[in-house]
Amino acid sequence: MTSVLKITDLHVSVGETPILRGVNMQIRQGEVHALMGPNGSGKSTLAYALAGHPNYSITAGSIEIDGVNISEYEADARARLGLFLAFQYPVVIPGVKVADFLRHAVSNIRNPDRREGEGLIGMREFRKEIRERMTELGMDHEFARRYLNDGFSGGEKKRMEILQLAMLQPRFAILDETDSGLDSDAVRVVSEGLAKLSGPQMGVLIITHHERLLEFNRPQFVHVMLGGRIVETGGSDLAHELHARGYADVRARHPDAAPEPTHTTTAAAV
Amino acid sequence: MTVVVADHSRAGYSAAVFEAFLAARREPQWMTEARRQSFSVYQQLLSQELDAEEFRRLDLRTFNASRFRPAASAPDAGGIATLLSGRAEFGGAIAHVDGHVTSSRLSAEIAAQGVLFGGLQELLETHRALLEPYFMKRAVHADADRFAAWHAAFWTSGTLLYVPRNVEVSLPLHSLIAHSQDGVADFSHTLIIVEDGARATLLEETASGSPDVAGLHVGCVELIVGRNACLRYVQLQNWNQKTWHLAHQAGCVDANATLQWTVVGLGSRTAHIHQDINLDGRGSTAEVNGVTFASDRQKISYYTQQHHRQQGTHSDLLYREVLRDESRVIWRGMIKVDAAAQQTDGYQRSDALMLSEDARCDSIPGLEIEADDVRCTHGATTGQVDRDQILYCMSRGISRREAMHMIVEGFFQQIYDRIPIEVVRETLSRTVQAKLGIEAVAADQLHSEEEDEY
Repeated sequence: MTSVLKITDLHVSVGETPILRGVNMQIRQGEVHALMGPNGSGKSTLAYALAGHPNYSITAGSIEIDGVNISEYEADARARLGLFLAFQYPVVIPGVKVADFLRHAVSNIRNPDRREGEGLIGMREFRKEIRERMTELGMDHEFARRYLNDGFSGGEKKRMEILQLAMLQPRFAILDETDSGLDSDAVRVVSEGLAKLSGPQMGVLIITHHERLLEFNRPQFVHVMLGGRIVETGGSDLAHELHARGYADVRARHPDAAPEPTHTTTAAAV
Repeated sequence: MTVVVADHSRAGYSAAVFEAFLAARREPQWMTEARRQSFSVYQQLLSQELDAEEFRRLDLRTFNASRFRPAASAPDAGGIATLLSGRAEFGGAIAHVDGHVTSSRLSAEIAAQGVLFGGLQELLETHRALLEPYFMKRAVHADADRFAAWHAAFWTSGTLLYVPRNVEVSLPLHSLIAHSQDGVADFSHTLIIVEDGARATLLEETASGSPDVAGLHVGCVELIVGRNACLRYVQLQNWNQKTWHLAHQAGCVDANATLQWTVVGLGSRTAHIHQDINLDGRGSTAEVNGVTFASDRQKISYYTQQHHRQQGTHSDLLYREVLRDESRVIWRGMIKVDAAAQQTDGYQRSDALMLSEDARCDSIPGLEIEADDVRCTHGATTGQVDRDQILYCMSRGISRREAMHMIVEGFFQQIYDRIPIEVVRETLSRTVQAKLGIEAVAADQLHSEEEDEY
């Protein structure tokens, strides 16, 4: 059976401020979706809301996986159901080795009923697997002994997100600007890595400003977000158009979606 | 704010208690005489206020000395669970229960090197000429404060380690200080002398025979490290939560010598440790680690002083504290640099991680520098578990509780990384897990997993 991640009329606020104002999207396993839009349009908010960040409160609408509404679920329960967020800003956890962190994560994802203190995946099996994945991603095996993201360069952090994706094999992966802040070599590594990992078993939502990630991971669906709503959905041509022409045309087509977000353009409008 | 304890019968022991204590001991005249001198110092200090800087944040009002008395005898340590014994190969081990030595052994090979290891009382008597010049004369003096004087008058048993010149003790030694009977006051003393060029490791722990016996430990630790010598000393305080732990501890490090000193505070109801690190010789080094995990209503307090007395000395102190429930931790740290101690490098830092809004931590670093060509750095941080870290773990399928525990263990891991003794790292990790309430891994997995380290 093909799983479906279905987002219906999703409204999300941060504190008292509404950010998302009715987002609809449906992602099937095996599909690649791209989410584009200017800064401040709500793309990362959607990512965090999907992952279950407690600061992003869902005020209306639903997130469902195969008909189960998960919008009240905590982040760990969502992950155990097969949802994965590659963070735009991966978090440093000093003193916690990549290997230990991932061994716990893998154990929980593969055995969703596991409780703390209960058996972890066997070390031998785990080590073999993580080494294979690191080799595939061109990562030094010493990575596994380092403390999670501690002292990692921007590129290393993003690669670590992809390694986690590879180990956890989620049904739905959301990549929040995984290509941002990387030089072109690093973007290539991350893009190729993702392309290898995604397949018929993984639905992917790529949030990006850049075209590079999409070259390697050609989306069937491109969504444009403006003012907390998806205002247009098209094929990969839409991504090319946005890259070539920016968001001015989209804004012009949807004048009621959002005011111009930057001060300079606001001033020009006055 | 003052910390005077007006009712001295609650704060300390009377002359009558002292005379009864002396009468019960058969000691040489010189030892008794030294005790009498210390007792008179004690009586003076008992009538004075405690040093406000050191004690003002520690509430001793509920302390009642008369609740505790030295024990006339002790059962053996057989029934007392320890964290370290049996976990590593030790070259020798000593156990004290209720202030009495209950067992002591030293391997024949190490004894043949001229090493002395055993009960302090007995060895002080048999090797007076060698040891008396050190005992409470170099590192800790009876007049240091009320508790040091109390200890000097009433010291019961203790652990002595003496390593002669250029002798390397290749295996660690183990010392256990335990309480078994209710209401026992134990004044055990640890004296380590590592002569020039010698090397040794002593791992010491404290333990209670059961969670219910109330106890008092008024302890003293003296570490004398000779020129070019190296001493690793760990004290793992793991009393039950009905025990008072009051200790004066000092290390003296001679030229080009190294002292690696780890202090662990897990147990006790109220603990106060005065820790002096004296860098007495040129080019001496001290690495000091503190691991504290306070829970319930525990109060754990430290007063640390890194005293650089000579040129080119180096000290590096890192304390880490985790606080849960309604616990309280106090750390007051000081780096003192004498005018003679040019080219000194002093570092001190305390980081606290709060797991509860009802816990409280006071971290107060300080510097007193009289030399003009030094590098001294200090800092203190206090924070709660980072919510972004929790979310990040949870987004990988790790439960909130397990995430919290991982972050706490990671916080301590950075101290473990500084401790070069594997059994200590393992023991700390296991003990912290137990205190966090992480249930033991199922037994079948322990057996089937031949290796668990990545």
